Amino acid sequence: MSEPVTYTRDLFSDVPRSDFDTPGKSRGLIDVVRWRYLLSLLVRTGVTTRYRNSVLGWTWSYVRPAAQFLVFWVVLGIFMNLDRNVPNYAVYLFSGIVVINLFSEGFKNATTSIVGNAPLVRKVFLPRQLFAVSAIIVSFVHFLPQVALLLLVCLLMGWIMHVSILGVLAIFAAMLIVMLFSLGLGLFFGAVNVRYRDAENIVELMLLLATWASPVLYSWTYVQDAVVDRLHWPQWLVDVYMLNPITHGVELFHFAFWRPATENLVAGAGYVGDQMMAIPPGLAWNTLWTFLIALGTLLVGQLIFRRLEGRFAQDL
Amino acid sequence: MSAQTTAKPSIIIDGVKKRFTLNHAFSLKDTMVSWIKRRKLTSEFEALKGLDLVIGEGESVAILGLNGSGKSTLLKLVSGVMEPDEGQVLTRGRVAGLIEVGAGFHPELSGRENVFLNAAILGMKKHEIEARYDEIVAFSEIEQFIDQEVKHYSSGMFMRLAFSVAIHVELDVLLVDEILSVGDAPFREKCRLKFEELSARGKTLVVVTHDMEMVRELCTRGIVINKGNLVYDGEIEGAIALVDK
Repeated sequence: MSEPVTYTRDLFSDVPRSDFDTPGKSRGLIDVVRWRYLLSLLVRTGVTTRYRNSVLGWTWSYVRPAAQFLVFWVVLGIFMNLDRNVPNYAVYLFSGIVVINLFSEGFKNATTSIVGNAPLVRKVFLPRQLFAVSAIIVSFVHFLPQVALLLLVCLLMGWIMHVSILGVLAIFAAMLIVMLFSLGLGLFFGAVNVRYRDAENIVELMLLLATWASPVLYSWTYVQDAVVDRLHWPQWLVDVYMLNPITHGVELFHFAFWRPATENLVAGAGYVGDQMMAIPPGLAWNTLWTFLIALGTLLVGQLIFRRLEGRFAQDL
Repeated sequence: MSAQTTAKPSIIIDGVKKRFTLNHAFSLKDTMVSWIKRRKLTSEFEALKGLDLVIGEGESVAILGLNGSGKSTLLKLVSGVMEPDEGQVLTRGRVAGLIEVGAGFHPELSGRENVFLNAAILGMKKHEIEARYDEIVAFSEIEQFIDQEVKHYSSGMFMRLAFSVAIHVELDVLLVDEILSVGDAPFREKCRLKFEELSARGKTLVVVTHDMEMVRELCTRGIVINKGNLVYDGEIEGAIALVDK
């Protein structure tokens, strides 16, 4: 009974090798589907505990974008007169800001999700992608009231009379592209962040640039005019600029919300301001390309994440 | 052949090595300074130096050794939190770890919500948790506080609930790391009985602890690790004698 076990015999004589699992082998994002119940609990925890112990609670989800919007609108719209060139500038601004917020929130939280859950990552084995995925979903939940607000304003401006099915599809396409893209980037930087906390600062920097690298505050035609007409740089630079999934998400939201909501205004009698700028060329095709770019980012992010995952427990 | 060797293996550890790289320089500045002074930037530490071990189904095994001998590292490799650098670790069936219970507890949530969250973290399905919920709460004996936020719990209550969740996970292999020392005497006795019950049902138990009394009562086989090497594998009394001296 107690004599030492001998290891010279075949380890798999009684039970075939295939009955055994290698602990700690995850199948990446496929595992997230199998652990969907835990994912739903993590999302619920993320949503309900976010404003715990704060008096205003969920109101903060509106206050932050509202303040951001006000600053941009007063400074850029009124002081710098962008209001004149882009009709219905307030709605233009807000429909871009919500997309940027969805991206920033998701990307930032996904990046810190692994380090933020260090006690769990160090002690229990579970697919760590869950944390990043839940961060993205939580940011989506916070994004919904902002979209509701945007929709309300647009409805008041006669949005429903001019919106097309394509416009509605554009909303969903934009959300999908932006979330896939932020998950891909979040997985990559989240994994790197475990070893090099510089990642967090790099992400902060990227988010600072994201607002300006997309036509949120200005119109895409400014880029076209500046790059091609004034600087005489090649056209493909503009094309590359338009292929940024965030830029495209913003453009899709402009197409879906701002355009239909502005038709009445510019067509109204006595309107003296500029007409709406043209829809960016190749908006439909770019939806496909940016979707593929976002998907590619997700695959690369996932690949790097899985490569580094094995070292998370010891590096944290 | 003894009973142990004929039992179907539940955990196979085959030539497992685990190295940790210790960084001495983290920032660019540190790296430059170390480089100028020709000091080494990293050093290696071998926590496990080629371990072979087979644990059969239904065995109760204690892993003993001094602090830093590599016991917890071994358990982490079996649970899948870490991966070995060399060799392979194989497990059969559902492995659940009582490795620091309560790691998944969220202080802002109520006891009830935490039961669901933590059980899901340990891999239970929704219907399994619902079926066992009453049993879990009854075992923890904190029914009247279950709807309170966990941050208001005393450490004993917290531990009871966390432990209760972990022990009710559907499992084939249970890894226990150093948690038996918490809780008052009646609760510890209750835990011991629970372990015995699991063992009687043919579950595999792997225990890492310094509590020799508990080990003597629970385990039949003892394994002693010293500085990453296996130095003893056999009857529990022999293992305890080796460590205690």
